[in-house]
This record gives sequence, structure tokens and C-alpha cells, in this order.
Amino acid sequence: MTDFSQSLALIAAEELLTVVGLVLLLCAAWMGDKASRMISIVAVAALVACAFIAAPALCGGLMGPERVAFMGQYTADAFAAFAKLLIYASGIASLIVAPRFFGQVGAMRAEYPILILFAVLGMNMMVSATDFLTLYIGLELNSLAAYVLASFLRNDERSAEAGLKYFVLGALASGIILFGMSLTYGFTGSTNFTAVALAMDGTLATGALFGLIFVLAGLAFKISAVPFHMWTPDVYEGAPTPVTTFFATAPKVAALALTMRVALGAFGTQVDAWQQIVIFVSLASIVVGALGAIGQSNIKRLLAYSSINNVGFLLIGLAAATQEGASAMLVYLAIYVAMSVAGFVVVLMLRDAEGRPVEVIADMAGLSRTRPALAWALAAVMFSLAGIPPLFGFWGKFVVFQAAVNADLIALAAIGIAASVIGAFYYLKVVKIVFFDEPANVVAESGESGVDALAHKVMLLIACLFISPLGYLLTPWLGELADKAAAALYFVG
Amino acid sequence: MIHIIAFYLFAVLLIASAVLVIMSRNPVHSVLWLILAFFNAAGLMVLVGAEFIAMLLVIVYVGAVAVLFLFVVMMLDIDFAELRAGFVKNFPLGILLAVVLLAELVLGFGAYRAGTLKLGEADGTAATIAGRSNIESIGALLYGEYLFLFEAAGLVLLVAMIGAIVLTHRERTDTRGQNVSKQNKRRAEDATVNVKPEVGKGVTL
Amino acid sequence: MIEIIVFAPLLAAIIAGLGNRLIGNLPAKIVTTGALLISCALSWPIFIGFMTGSETAYVDPVLKWVQSGTMNFDWALRVDTLTAVMLVVITSVSALVHLYSWGYMDEDPDQPRFFAYLSLFTFAMLMLVTADNLVQMFFGWEGVGLASYLLIGFWFKKPSASAAAIKAFVVNRVGDLGFMMGIFGVFLVFGTTSIPEILDRAPEMAGSTIGFLGMRVDTMTVLCLLLFIGAMGKSAQLGLHTWLPDAMEGPTPVSALIHAATMVTAGVFMVCRLSPLFETSQTALTFVTFIGAATCFFAATIGTTQTDIKRVIAYSTCSQLGYMFFAAGVGAYGAAMFHLFTHAFFKALLFLGAGSVIHAMHHEQDMRYYGGLRKHIPITFWAMMAGTLAITGVGIWFLHAGFAGFHSKDAILESAFASGTEMGRFAFFMGIVAALLTSFYSWRLMFLTFWGKPRWIESEHIQHTVHKTPEEAGADTTGGYHPHESPWVMLTPLVILSLGAVFAGFVWSPYFLDSAAFWNGSIFYNEHLVHAMHNVDTWVKVAPGVVMLIGLAIAWNNYIRDPQAPARFVGMFGGVYTFLKNKWYFDELYDLIFVKPAFWLGRKFWKWGDVGTIDRFGPDGAAWVVAQGSHYARRVQTGYLYSYALVMLLGLIAAISWIMVR
Repeated sequence: MTDFSQSLALIAAEELLTVVGLVLLLCAAWMGDKASRMISIVAVAALVACAFIAAPALCGGLMGPERVAFMGQYTADAFAAFAKLLIYASGIASLIVAPRFFGQVGAMRAEYPILILFAVLGMNMMVSATDFLTLYIGLELNSLAAYVLASFLRNDERSAEAGLKYFVLGALASGIILFGMSLTYGFTGSTNFTAVALAMDGTLATGALFGLIFVLAGLAFKISAVPFHMWTPDVYEGAPTPVTTFFATAPKVAALALTMRVALGAFGTQVDAWQQIVIFVSLASIVVGALGAIGQSNIKRLLAYSSINNVGFLLIGLAAATQEGASAMLVYLAIYVAMSVAGFVVVLMLRDAEGRPVEVIADMAGLSRTRPALAWALAAVMFSLAGIPPLFGFWGKFVVFQAAVNADLIALAAIGIAASVIGAFYYLKVVKIVFFDEPANVVAESGESGVDALAHKVMLLIACLFISPLGYLLTPWLGELADKAAAALYFVG
Repeated sequence: MIHIIAFYLFAVLLIASAVLVIMSRNPVHSVLWLILAFFNAAGLMVLVGAEFIAMLLVIVYVGAVAVLFLFVVMMLDIDFAELRAGFVKNFPLGILLAVVLLAELVLGFGAYRAGTLKLGEADGTAATIAGRSNIESIGALLYGEYLFLFEAAGLVLLVAMIGAIVLTHRERTDTRGQNVSKQNKRRAEDATVNVKPEVGKGVTL
Repeated sequence: MIEIIVFAPLLAAIIAGLGNRLIGNLPAKIVTTGALLISCALSWPIFIGFMTGSETAYVDPVLKWVQSGTMNFDWALRVDTLTAVMLVVITSVSALVHLYSWGYMDEDPDQPRFFAYLSLFTFAMLMLVTADNLVQMFFGWEGVGLASYLLIGFWFKKPSASAAAIKAFVVNRVGDLGFMMGIFGVFLVFGTTSIPEILDRAPEMAGSTIGFLGMRVDTMTVLCLLLFIGAMGKSAQLGLHTWLPDAMEGPTPVSALIHAATMVTAGVFMVCRLSPLFETSQTALTFVTFIGAATCFFAATIGTTQTDIKRVIAYSTCSQLGYMFFAAGVGAYGAAMFHLFTHAFFKALLFLGAGSVIHAMHHEQDMRYYGGLRKHIPITFWAMMAGTLAITGVGIWFLHAGFAGFHSKDAILESAFASGTEMGRFAFFMGIVAALLTSFYSWRLMFLTFWGKPRWIESEHIQHTVHKTPEEAGADTTGGYHPHESPWVMLTPLVILSLGAVFAGFVWSPYFLDSAAFWNGSIFYNEHLVHAMHNVDTWVKVAPGVVMLIGLAIAWNNYIRDPQAPARFVGMFGGVYTFLKNKWYFDELYDLIFVKPAFWLGRKFWKWGDVGTIDRFGPDGAAWVVAQGSHYARRVQTGYLYSYALVMLLGLIAAISWIMVR
């Protein structure tokens, strides 16, 4: 245990985010939307600084009591650091792509970066949560920011609808989670994960089982796992694309990390109770994600289903309920973030001659002839999402399946692999449209120039290099970090 | 004995009024039922010795939140009958779901044979600290053990506020706002000019 | 050095094959032919080294190949006497065929492809003969099969060529199955595929039994028979011979290289290479002898009735391979290899000569439309004459001097007789009859082609060229056509091979037949049999020469003195003629018992099994399920909040119900 000052030192990143967020809020109030670019830059800088704070904890593989703050409510171990780094990266990406997108419709507001900062703060709390109260407050902080972000283009009906849907269903999910937490608390007498795990050891009362299921169901909403996924396509499609980029990456990482902490930590002594349900949810997500994506005409909707699909594969790692499975999930998450960022940056770069965003897949026909670089990047993303070697997306699936096989879940791995074939269909269909169909000539022939466009290109290049076969050079390094993080998650003592 | 009678009274009224919240056709009635539900909940809180929470319920939920709801409901003027049409259509299924859920919950609690629920005393962590008042205990927890979460909860509210402003605040260009500092800086000599126009000629300003 | 010999053709094949149109005809031809000339030039010193005894056998490891459990083998090039013999045969004939093809394929639009295939084939063949383990040999084995397929179907626009290529491939697969099972069996029994180890340990295993198809059978017999089935396929022995005549659809140089000199002899080579293995099973050897003898007689009978010049030679090849096999079967591996060696020269010569004739006759292959070509293409004529004298085995027995075939074929017949077994006697008599038939059809070919009156105008090819019908041409049966002697690039190989056909037997018979030191353990050498061979009765030694003269006499009678005689013979023995003309009805028989049922079964499997079951419940069914699922998934996604909330709650209730009932 740590005393109060040490606790405060452990949450340095959160403090920094809070202070920067509040100061920037004042700047926004004072200077208005003109300052949005400056605020974005400062926000990015703050996230980079946070990354530097988190990195040592990960590289050092830190864990144990001296990383626990506020009497067990908060843990700043290597696992949290791994997730935080991914969250910061996603946050930075969605900050960088925003000015150009909102600038096009004249809706770049100073509050955008601030909301992103607070959302990241909430997610920081989520991944570090070792207490149900921390979990819930982090979740709500993130969610509230997310609801607002989803309807950020308040004059756009789709955006407003997305925000409203997300809010109502999110509130329902929050209710479910709260109910579950109160049941768990009632039956175990504590909100602390370690204490809950201890109290739950052995035969479990039905009420406590209810609590477990309700909590996991609420979390399933956050990671958009079937059958709590229904909001995802509508929200992804309606929300402004930079926000969708954010939704597809950071909250997924945070919610999955949180789910891992809850399932393997708080409910780690009751694996039998949830394992079969996770297996079912995982397969259902894979299948529904794949089936739903077929026949979508909007690329953002397709990517939404793709994220559901990917969550299914990630949950295979959770179903394994082993340290290896946790490590595999983290590796997959890192690759998934890169694939999603690359995918959405490509979507953001697709604009017609008047600068309007192009989201209809049919409009991208024959892109390879007008914008070959973009088309190849998109193809790389699609092949990678489909998990076709030698692209890096394959590796994520491979380690997850390997973990499942090592945990004797061979049937699960086999069905997962078979179902990934369905997924390959719609990914490859996009590639087919982009490369082999008659050009639709909707997308502008030449890219834009300027700092923002350059930033897009650089980000796309980095993400594409990561998911390209070159990514395999990183496997030892990535695997080592994930192992350290997973070890921290499984730390006992 | 009186405790038990009071408990069941409050509990039954609470559930009944909660049911009526969602059942009444008139939204204003719903809010009124909601207020009743809050009152009963406050009564339950008093019974378990959490008088501060009971006061909070009455003051904050009844006094502020519920009244705010009432205002909003009356100002929005939504055609609720139309909205409820969809609700009625799905009512049987909804009821079925609710019954299943209820049955399972009852079954769940029925299966809990390890003694009755001892609110607030499971392992003593959340029990009132001996020799202190309710408020003192809550304060000590909130600003001691749960300071971090308390502050974070403050941030949640801040974000909610930012959100409300972002989504609803619009710069009005068709009205002229009041600039207080400009008004205060204004002096009489800036505002008035003494001129003595000659007869037959206008004034140039 | 051996690496250069083996890999130069591969390199050339890659350059010519991938370069193709990019580098053009001439560079492709130069690089492939050049590579082969280099290989050839490097091979002869090795061979001469083994002749003089200055070379010793060695194994040259190239790279690690497979290491899997107890199965370990490498790419290694084995060089010993047997390999050296094959090396000179392959590289010499291949080099000459490459050169010959410059002229023969001059007007073909796809020359780089052709030369690349030729070189690829040569590489695969070299791989086969230098193999140090059975898997590597199988690699070469399949490699030559592939190259053979590609070359037979080189003119793939011709349906018949395409069909012939497929036939060759499929029939070879039957043999390959045997070979593969043989290799599996060898690995099962010996735990290794390394040839030297197998041969070392083969005698230990003699007499042991193994379960095969539910029976206890002699281990070595099973292994040898399985391996021999492979050899039968590749070497077109009775039963699996049907592809060889059809393979004549390929360009003539291909026939000379693959279907006369090299690939078809791979089976003989394999049996010789594994001779210590075969020696452990008398049953297997008897079977080999029988198949060889039967093939040699059967193919020769068919050869007497064919009219296509290349088919005659093809059946002749089949027949000669039969000689080699029964030589091996009776234990005279040296004689078998010697016949392989001499046969390579004179048969390649005959094929290339036939090619030259065909070239001169404007792609007419039917001998009935030849005649009187002796004066028009004299060099080709003399080359063919040398080849004919060699194949019919012309020589003077008491001087031990004669053409190539005389030395090798007579040695085989004497060995068969000297072996003393019943099957050996049977083989001897079959061989004698076949020698008569060989003499007959060879001279028939010569007489029809080079003697008599020209009958050219009846050929459609010639008609097209001279723009005349036979009626218009009238008495001038040449139709005014003037055959031209082939260019020097085609004649040079003919001359060189003629030298081989004339002198190879005389020069090398002491080494191949009588020298255990020459073989140096690379084949099983039966000293006793060699001794017995030299001491057979005189009538045995004379018999081949006598039947050769009889065959010549009949041919002369039928095709020079009395050209009506064949027709009369057909009139008298129509049944026999039709039987032979139709190749003993093998194709029809196979069509009836294998091809038709296979097609029927295939169609059933296709309609019921594939389309009806696998497609319906497999891909199509899965696609249907996916489409329906996708349709349903989209219908559930209504866009209404309450339905979303409903699904969430349903999920929750399902999870809880599961927990409760579990």
C-alpha cells in the first residue's frame, strides 16, 4: 500500500490531463473557436507527455503493491501502461485528423480536443481501475464525453441521432452495470477487485452470479460485443469521422482492458461462470460482425461491423482465461488500433472534387487508377483486417488462436478460423471494388496539400508500415511488452 | 415491529409509485409519481439509519431534480400519446421480459440461503463509524479514502456541463448582447455632445 | 564440376523460359544449347575417367533438404560409373537435339519456350540419374514427367497433342503411384531413403515378410514389384505402354530426346541402380523378365503394321526397352545398361533421321506417301541406314565386330539364354522372334521411305504445297514436289549419332559387358553370368543374325520385289493384321475398363458428390447461409432504439437463463 503522496505521484498522468484539460477549457472560453488549433496542439503535447509518463511503467514491467494507489482503487501497473499507450496513440490520431474534417464544414470547435482529453482521462481511470467505483466513474467520464462527441456535428441529423442513440443505450448499459455492481457489492461486501475475487472463491451464490453477469453485460456494451453491439453501426456511421476513428480505437482498448481486469481479476476465481458466455459472445460477435458487414454500402458502417468482428476475435483470447490469452489480446489490440487508424485515415482522405467526404463504397470503384497509393493502403488495411498473411493482422489472430488452443479451446479456435473466412469475403470485396471495378470517378484525383494533409499522410504511412509485413520485425518486442503487461495483470501478492 | 411495518409500507409504496411512473399516460403525473417514489426511498433510507442520504434524496432529488423534470416535461410539449403507441405495441413482450427477469431475480435471492442481507454491515467497511454522525462519516470517506473518485466524479459533471453547452449553445447574431464593461467605461462626455446649431442649418455628427 | 553439369541446363531453362519473348529466339537458343554443350563437354571426361579407372565414385552434397524426425535426406549428387554412363547419354543426346532443333523448330513462333522445356527436361533427367536418395530420384522422376507433358503438348493448340500429353501424364501417374508406394515401403522397412544404405542392407531383409493388402508377403518382392511398377510406367512396358505411341504428337526432337534416348530409359536405370535390391527377390526378377520379354515381342508385332514413321520407331523403342528389362531381369545389368547406351545413339539417330525426312516431306509422317527419297536426301538416308543397321544388329559374330545394336542386343539374348532359368529361355525366344520382327519393320521403314517409286502426291501435306490433287498430277506421282536435304544444324547431329550407332558397340562392349572394374560396384555385377554368356552354344550366337537376315528378306520381298505382297497377306490374315494394326486393342480395352467407368464415376461424383452434396451443403450451402444470415442481420438492425434495447435485454436474459439452468 502506498500513502497519500505516493498515490498522487502514481496518478501523475491523470493529474496532468486534468490540469491541461481545465486550462484549455479556460482558453477555449476566453479565445473561442479561433484557438482550436492551438488547443489541439497543446492537447497532443499533453498526450505525448502522458505517454512518456506511462512508458517506464510498461518497459519496466512494474507491478505489485507499490503501484497501487488510493487503497486499492487504482493501479498503475504495466498492464495499465500498455493500454494507456494505445489510448494515447488513438487520442493523438483522432486529434490530428480532426481540424481538416471539421474545417471543411466550418464546425471545428475548441471543445473537441478538450472532450477528447477528458475522454482519455476517463479511459485512463478505466484501465487502471481495480475497484468497481473507479471503474464506473471512469466509464461514465469517458461515456459522457463520447456521447457529446458523437453528436458533435449538431446540425447534422445523422450525428445528432448517433449521439442520442448512443446516450440512451449507454444509459441502459450503465444501469445494467450499476445493478450488477450493487449485487456484487451486496454479496461480497466489497467493491475492490482483489477483495471481490477473494470473496467469490468457491461456490458462488446465485445473486453474486447475477452481479457478475450484469457487470460483464454492461462492459460488453462498451466493447460492442454481440448482442450488445446494435448501437455500433449507427453511431459509427452517424458520428463525425474523426470521432468514429476515436470510438473504434481508444474506448475499445479501454473497455477491453477493463473487461480483462474485471473478468480475470475481480471474477478471476469464477472463470467457469463466465467462460462459456464469453465463448458464445465471442463467436456471435465474429459471425454477426461478418454477416452484418456483407451488404453494407457505407465504408464507415462496414468498419463498424469489422470492429464487432475483431472484438469477437479478441474475446477468444479472453475465453482462454490464461496469461497467454491476455498477452495475445494485448498484441491483437495493438495491431487492431493500427489497422483501424489506417482504415479511418484512408476514409478521411477520400474526398470528392468539392471536398465532401466520400463514404459510399461504390464511389470508391476504380480508386486504384486515380489514387493508387491510397488504394494500396486501403488494400493493405483490408487484407490485414481479414488476417491474410503476410500482413500483420494475421499475427494478432494467430497469437489469439494459439492461446485458445493452448487453453484446450480447440473447437473455439477452429470455429473462429472458419468464421474468419466469412469476414474475408467483405474485406476482399472492397479490394475488388477498388482495384477491378470500372472507375466511378467520384473521389478527387489529386490529394490536398498543406500541413493537415501531410499529417494524414504521415500517419497513414506509419500505420501502414506497422501492419505491413515489416510489422513482423516488431513481434519479439511487442510480444515482450505484452507479456510484461499480462504478467502485471496476473500479479498475485 | 414498527420497523417492519414501516419497511413494507415504504417498499410497497415505492414499487407501486415506480410502476405508476411508467404507466401513467400523463407525463406530469409520471413526474409526480416519481416524487412520491423518491419520498418512499428516503423513508427506507431513514429506516436503515442513513439519514443523510434520506435528506439528500428529499432535497436534491425531490426538490431539484424532480421539479426540473417537471419543468422540462411541461415545456417540451411532446405528443406523448403518439410515443406511447410504439410502447403499447410492444407491451406484451415487454411485460413478458420483465416477468422473466423478475422471476429470475426472485429465484436468485431465494437461493441465497446464507442469511438475510445485512445492509451496510456485510464486513463493516461501509458501516457508520462508531461515535460519528452520518455526515461526518460520509465526509471522512469522501474526502479521505474516496477523494480521487470524488474529484473524478466532479469531472464527470464538468464534462456533462461542457457537453450540454457544446450541443445547445449558439452564438446569436440576430440580437445585440449587453457588454457590461463597455457600459461601465462609458462616460457622459463620450455620450453627449453639446451643439448649438444655427437657425436653418442641420447638425453634423 | 558435377554441379555445373546438372545446374547449367536449369539456369539456361530459367533464362530462356522467363526471358521468353523478352530476350528473343536467338539468345534463348544460344543460352540453352550452349549450356548443354558445356554439360556435355564436362560429362565426357568423367565418363572417360571411369573407363580408364582414374575416377572414383563420390557423392557431392548440395544442400540440406528434409529433416523430419527419422527422415533425413539431402540434395546430393552421386557420381559413379552408372551415373557417368547416363550423364554422357543424356548430355550428348540432349546437346545434339538442342542443336538439331535450331533447324527443325526454325519456323515455330514459340522457340524460347521450346528450348526452355528441353533444358528443363535435361536438368530433371540429370537430377534423376545423380540422385543419392529415392526422394531426390522421385523429384527428377516427376520433373521429367512434367517436362515430357509440357513437350508432348507443346503444340497445345492441336487437340490431339493436348490429349496425348494428358494421356502420358495420367498413365505415368499410375506407375508413379507404384513408385511412391515403393518409396514409402522402403522407408517403412529400412527407415531411410538413402540409396547406398538401402542397397547395403537389402540382403539382410531378404526372406522377411510384410503385411500388404491384408496378406503376409515377402518384403523384398513387394518393394521391388512396387518400384518396378514405377519403372513400367516411365519405360512404357506392357500394360502401361499406351502413352508412348501417342506421345509422338510432340515435336520430333522431343521424341528423340525423351521418348527414345533418355526419359523412357529411366525405368531401366532405376532397376539397375537398385539392382542389389532386385537381386534379393527372385520373384520380382522373374516378373521383370517376363514383362520385358512380353513387351519386346508385343511392341515389335505392332511395329510391323504401323504406317506413321514415328509410331513405328516408337513401338520399336518400346520393344527395345523390353530387351533391356529382361536383360536386367536375368541379372545382366551390364548388358541392359549397354543396350541402353547404344540404343540411345541409334534410336535418337532414327528419330532425328525421321524428323529430317518429315522436314523434307513437308510434315508428312505417313510412310505410305513416301518412297524413293534415297537420292533426294542422301545424308539423311545414310544416317538412317546406319541407324537401321545398328538396331537390327548387323554384325559378324565370330569377329565380334558389328554395329552398336549387334553387341548389345546379342549380349542380352546370350545372357538370357545363359541364365538357364525357364523365364530366361522364354525371354530368349521372345527376343529372337522380336529380333526378326525388328529387322522386318526396320527394313520395311527403310524400303517404304527411301526405295520404290515416289507416292508423294497422295499426301495432303504435299497436295497443299504443290496446289494439286492426285488427279491433276496424273502420272507424276511426285506432284512436282522437290524434297530438300535438311540444313547443316540438323545434319550435324545425324552424322555424329551415326558414328555412335556404328562404333559405340565395338568400342565400349569390353567395358560394359566384361569389366567388373568398370562398373566398380555401381550395379550388381554377376561374374558367373558373364562367363556363361560367352560360352553359350554357337547356335545361340548365330540365331540373332539369322533371324535378322530373314526379316530383311521378308521386308525386301514385300516392299521391293513384290509390293503387292502385303496386301495379299492382309487379305489372307485379315484378323491378325487388324489386331496388330489396332495395337492389340489395348487402348480400346483400357477405354472400356478404365476410362469409361472412370468418366462415369467422375460424372457421378461431379453431379451427385460435388454439385449435389459438397457444393450444396458446402460452399454453396455456406454461401446461402451467409447470405441469409447477412440479410437477417441487416433486418434486425432496424435503426429503432427500442429494438436495440430489446436485443440487449434479450442477450442479458439469455445469459442469466444459461447461468441458472446450467
